[in-house]
Amino acid sequence: MVYSEKVLDHFANPRNVGEIEDADGVGEVGNSKCGDIMKMYIKVDDNKISDVKFKTFGCGAAIATSSMATEMIKGKSVDDALQLTNKAVMEALDGLPPVKVHCSVLAEEAIKAAVSDYYEKRGIDKDIITK
Amino acid sequence: MREIYADNSATTKLSSAVLEKMTPYLTECYGNPSSIYRIGGKAKEAVEAARENIAKNLGAERPGEIYFTSGGSESDNWAIRGVATALKKRGKNHIITSKFEHHAVLHTCEALEKEGFEVTYLDVYENGIVHPEDVENAIKDTTALVTIMYANNEIGTIQPIKEIGAICKSKGVLFHTDAVQAAGYVKINVVEQNIDLLSMTAHKIHGPKGCGLLYVRRGVPINNLIYGGAQEKGRRAGTENVAGIVGLDAALQIAVDTMDERCQKLTLLRDNLIDRLLKIERSRINGDRVHRLPNNVNMCFEGIEGESLLLKLDFNGISASSGSACTSGSLDPSHVLLAIGLPHEIAHGSMRLSFSEETTMEDIDYIAEVVPEVVQYLRNMSPLWEEIKKAEKEN
Repeated sequence: MVYSEKVLDHFANPRNVGEIEDADGVGEVGNSKCGDIMKMYIKVDDNKISDVKFKTFGCGAAIATSSMATEMIKGKSVDDALQLTNKAVMEALDGLPPVKVHCSVLAEEAIKAAVSDYYEKRGIDKDIITK
Repeated sequence: MREIYADNSATTKLSSAVLEKMTPYLTECYGNPSSIYRIGGKAKEAVEAARENIAKNLGAERPGEIYFTSGGSESDNWAIRGVATALKKRGKNHIITSKFEHHAVLHTCEALEKEGFEVTYLDVYENGIVHPEDVENAIKDTTALVTIMYANNEIGTIQPIKEIGAICKSKGVLFHTDAVQAAGYVKINVVEQNIDLLSMTAHKIHGPKGCGLLYVRRGVPINNLIYGGAQEKGRRAGTENVAGIVGLDAALQIAVDTMDERCQKLTLLRDNLIDRLLKIERSRINGDRVHRLPNNVNMCFEGIEGESLLLKLDFNGISASSGSACTSGSLDPSHVLLAIGLPHEIAHGSMRLSFSEETTMEDIDYIAEVVPEVVQYLRNMSPLWEEIKKAEKEN
């Protein structure tokens, strides 16, 4: 199995690793039994994602997709962040091996989970469609 | 940067002495051993000389009991399927194996189950060792074959082969062992150890890839796996891999000659590294510490996943392997680690290092320095580790 240069770069130098203490939304997806957990923290100002951080337990692809996904939503509106698909994350990483596609799905779900938590905390009644 | 190849249980570097012995059979002496002319005859002589010497090194009574194959997987498939189908007409349709065999054994057994055979998968307990009394208790009138590996490929645990063989012998049941990992590290004597069939391969002992053997004690009923020409007394068709066979013999001879000193040195390196890596909190060694291949270290580090650990080690010049799901291409972690009772989340964080005679104490020092750093780095970004630490505090 061979990872693209971009996957290896995002794995070796992951962007936005960490936690946000006063996060507006936190989402965690995956489980330890399957070997992947992604936890995403977002800070929202004026309906924009002003900051995002992640922590991931998982393989190289799981860490790289988390990193890329956070980069792709940082500074975007919440609505735009919800539009991010796993396919877009994969394309931005120049592809993933077929057995790793689920990692990109987790990254998309982690963002949706974080936004969903943000909506709940703010009392915003919106449904988020997850896969 | 230091480069350390620590995946010798996956495959090894071809020894230059072995290559030297092989080269003439790839260049000037390329004839087909079945041919009548001289370069064919010379190739045939080389194959037979190798067979004779290998028989001696494995303690076999006759050279004709050694059959050359393409490697360990073919030998395992042939031994199990060949014996099972040959004994079926005598009303024997039961096979005994263990839960942590190589997939070449397990998947052959599973295929035979679909064809109507019955298979018992024995427990290997927490330390990764089959209990001979479990073998004894599992044998019944219909048992055709017991197949238990000599040493496990992931955790390196060495099985009580002689005892299991003795039980099989007394019960009149055939005994096969996959000695792919053990050969070259453990003294093998098929007669003394009551082994009826034994698989091994060249590339795990600094020989070439694509050549192995199956020892079949004379008189053991076995059907063919590969049909065709009359090679190997009509038991295994296909033009002989002459250079490979010469390489297999040369590699085994070197391994046998150097075994005592090499294994002593490797044991020291292994134990030194295990002691140092066990200082990492929430780490564990997998498999029995004593009944273990001298070149095998297999550990788990909680809170991290094996593949990301391997990638980080690779960035630091260390080639290792893991039993995580992500390296197996399936959703489950290694069946070996699950068989010794590890929960999934811990089994995902495994690392196997397997050394060779080229490994030095400086390499061990370097690994002992890099691994704790990499483990800490990955734990720092792991929400699972965060949970573990949180739970620790609450208790």
